[in-house]
Amino acid sequence: MEFATGFFNSTVNFFTTVIDFAPKFIPGVTATLQLAFLSILLGTAIGLVVAVLKLTRKKILIRIMNIYITVIRGTPLLLQLYFIFYGLPGMGIEIDRFPSAVIGLAFHNGAYISEIFRGAIESIDYGQREAARSLGMSRWQSTKRIILPQAFKRSIPALGNQFIIAVKDSSLASVITITEIMLLARQFVAATFNVFPIFFIAGVYYLVITMGLTKLLRMIELKLKVNER
Amino acid sequence: MSMIEIKNLHKYFGDLEVLKGIDLTVNEKEVVCLIGASGSGKSTLLRCINSLEKKTDGDIWIDGELVEHEKESSINHIRQKVGMVFQRFNLFPHMTVVQNVMEGPLTVKKLPKEEAKKLAMELLVKVGIDEKADEYPAMLSGGQQQRVAIARSLAMEPKVILFDEPTSALDPELVGEVLKVMKDLAREGMTMIVVTHEMGFAKEVADRVIFIHEGLIAEEGTPDQIFNNPQHERLQNFLGQILE
Repeated sequence: MEFATGFFNSTVNFFTTVIDFAPKFIPGVTATLQLAFLSILLGTAIGLVVAVLKLTRKKILIRIMNIYITVIRGTPLLLQLYFIFYGLPGMGIEIDRFPSAVIGLAFHNGAYISEIFRGAIESIDYGQREAARSLGMSRWQSTKRIILPQAFKRSIPALGNQFIIAVKDSSLASVITITEIMLLARQFVAATFNVFPIFFIAGVYYLVITMGLTKLLRMIELKLKVNER
Repeated sequence: MSMIEIKNLHKYFGDLEVLKGIDLTVNEKEVVCLIGASGSGKSTLLRCINSLEKKTDGDIWIDGELVEHEKESSINHIRQKVGMVFQRFNLFPHMTVVQNVMEGPLTVKKLPKEEAKKLAMELLVKVGIDEKADEYPAMLSGGQQQRVAIARSLAMEPKVILFDEPTSALDPELVGEVLKVMKDLAREGMTMIVVTHEMGFAKEVADRVIFIHEGLIAEEGTPDQIFNNPQHERLQNFLGQILE
């Protein structure tokens, strides 16, 4: 009996807390969405530029791009964010917290995305480039018109994966005091000690975002698949 | 007038010498078939002509213009005059048939879209595949794809077309439709160099047949000379194996 009332009470408490706090997460959700959107967009742009630069035969450029990828992949994102927000001011470079987070996340995603693009570009049959070049197209024209559109399509499943990681990684921006979902959750928990319902809400919000993203990418993939048997 | 002139062409892949000093002149409106065993260097010779392979030594003139293999602009310019048809078709899978044919004129020659489309449709009619204009290559048979590839290379209005084993990847029943298009082109006076194993085509269409053996031109002559009176022992063996 005692157990039953205890369970009943905590269930009621769970739902009242959820109903009470869910709307309070909205500013955090907005911040997470902004961070994720900007860092995915910029990260994809960076990834594309890096992948294309690596296609050129300029040894120095390739070396620089490889160093970038090695450093980003070889150090924790947490450290990268600390470095940009707390480390760079020591060298006289001060960036506001939100741009800091976007820059950190974008360069982080960019390194991984560039490798996704590189893999996709390398998977395109060499005959495609030869056919394009034999029409008289320049290297850049054949890359832009023939290779990249096919490579982009092929990279979508892996990109989707990276985009979802990007959404979740944006939670690390809380360490440089961006008020996104995780920071709000920790603040609410500290204020109310209602640990379970509040982290539950945070989890649901992340799930909704990542599931929406998965669906969106699936639609793009299907749309681009029209010409394949 | 000579359309292609090759002098002392050498090509190495690493230490392997694939072409050992080729001298070849192809005249305007001439159809030349290159035959030879696989690995003899005939495809490499073809690919050197439009710089898909960089020559190691020697000179190539196309339509009176010296090909400078190190110069991007020279190569791109030459390639507009030299069409290429590949064994594996290499159509662009993300574009429809008509877009494939329009791509060269649009991107390289900067033709307006309307004009490029008109030209492309004319060429698709010519190769007999205009009803598939809006399909994607994956929907087409190999023979149809190869005919589109021929139309694509014709769209650049080349002075010469190189065919690299254009029917080797096709099912036997599809070979005829591609050869027919090639015969039509030959009849219209297109300069053509064809690497082929289709001896029937070589006999019927070629002005000259060239037998390549171990990176050198071992024998050349009219189809009659090559097929009915081969001199070189290697050629006799080769023909014996092929015509068996």
